[in-house]
Amino acid sequence: MAQLKTRDVLLGPVFANNPIALQILGICSALAITTQLSTTVTMCLAVMFVLTLSNFFVSLIRNIIPSNIRIIVQMTIITTLVIVVDQFLQAFAFQLSRELSVFVGLIITNCIVMGRAEAFAMQNPPLISAIDGLGNALGYSVVLLIVGFSRELFGSGSIFGVQVLPLVSEGGWYQPNGLMLLPPSAFFLIGGFIWILRSVRVEQVEKEPFEIVPNTRTSPAF
Amino acid sequence: MFEHYLSLFLRAVFVENMALAFFLGMCTFLAISKKVETALGLGIAVVVVLTLTVPVNNFILHNFLDEGSLAWTGIAALEQVDLRFLGLMCYIGLIAAIVQILEMFLDRYVPALYNALGIFLPLITVNCAILGASLFMVERNYQFGESVVFGFGAGVGWALAIVLLAAIREKLKYSDVPEGLRGLGIVFIITGLMSLGFMSFAGVQL
Repeated sequence: MAQLKTRDVLLGPVFANNPIALQILGICSALAITTQLSTTVTMCLAVMFVLTLSNFFVSLIRNIIPSNIRIIVQMTIITTLVIVVDQFLQAFAFQLSRELSVFVGLIITNCIVMGRAEAFAMQNPPLISAIDGLGNALGYSVVLLIVGFSRELFGSGSIFGVQVLPLVSEGGWYQPNGLMLLPPSAFFLIGGFIWILRSVRVEQVEKEPFEIVPNTRTSPAF
Repeated sequence: MFEHYLSLFLRAVFVENMALAFFLGMCTFLAISKKVETALGLGIAVVVVLTLTVPVNNFILHNFLDEGSLAWTGIAALEQVDLRFLGLMCYIGLIAAIVQILEMFLDRYVPALYNALGIFLPLITVNCAILGASLFMVERNYQFGESVVFGFGAGVGWALAIVLLAAIREKLKYSDVPEGLRGLGIVFIITGLMSLGFMSFAGVQL
């Protein structure tokens, strides 16, 4: 097996092979918790912690896991890490943990975590696996932070809860775009993000599964 | 009583739609919505699994995990125990077990349905809509009866959303989409529009 370059493993998933935009992994949480930057950042840190350590531990015991029960072993490792994060948030940042509600628990079923454990950590040594986990978490965070930033800035004119654009209701000039705080805007933003990414990197454009033959009939159809 | 359940059901299907309002189960939602037939199969599987797992997790929560819920054992030492921190582990384990049992059961007794569902059944374990519904049940303190209705309603809502999306995507093949937006990009935007449509249920008083 070819030696993997640390730098490629770390930075590859950020743009070239972004887990959200290209691999369609881990979208659920990307959309639900991005109305404010503070929850977005917390979520990114939580995913970074879980993904890096789960990749590390899975890789550490990859040679002694019997292959037919590997899913349940991976799941147990991931769940344990998520419980640690959940308890930590409840103890030290109760307000944030309220706002994130069920989405901390849902890191367990975030396909990025499971997908990387299965696709990378099962075949590679611990250290490089941990770096792969970190890289994918960074790729995930980039999309999340862009979405979270635009939603909070345009939706309520603030960043991290600090008012940047003075609102009309408080005597300023900025009329907040209420749509940004509603669920649909996250879809539009990610759709737009993918569009920009694929315009820059044309090779990522999806091929049509089949071509529709152009209409060659000379007589009118009806 | 009946009215309470009916309103809970309608709210779970339309107002608090799992896929379009909470973005749960998005990965499968986007990946397996290319054809109406497969979307319908997956939708039915989700309804069945949700209707089973939410009540079972509710039962576990109220009889084993919640603070003071072990009182029925009659052992004094256990009466104060609060095991809620083990919740996540129990729910996901139970979901995996139930999906596995369901798969074996269908294989043995209803082979037609088993073949129709195919690969989707095992995949459901890692669908966040399933775990999400159980976590919502915990957060909102549903009783056993409510949890049955909520599980079923959440499943129906999710199935409805994925079948609708698949139907739109089938028609989408004939449209001229900008190069970079083809595939995933345009699906996101369609889902956004659908979600906008479902937002209109939000003001409905039940």
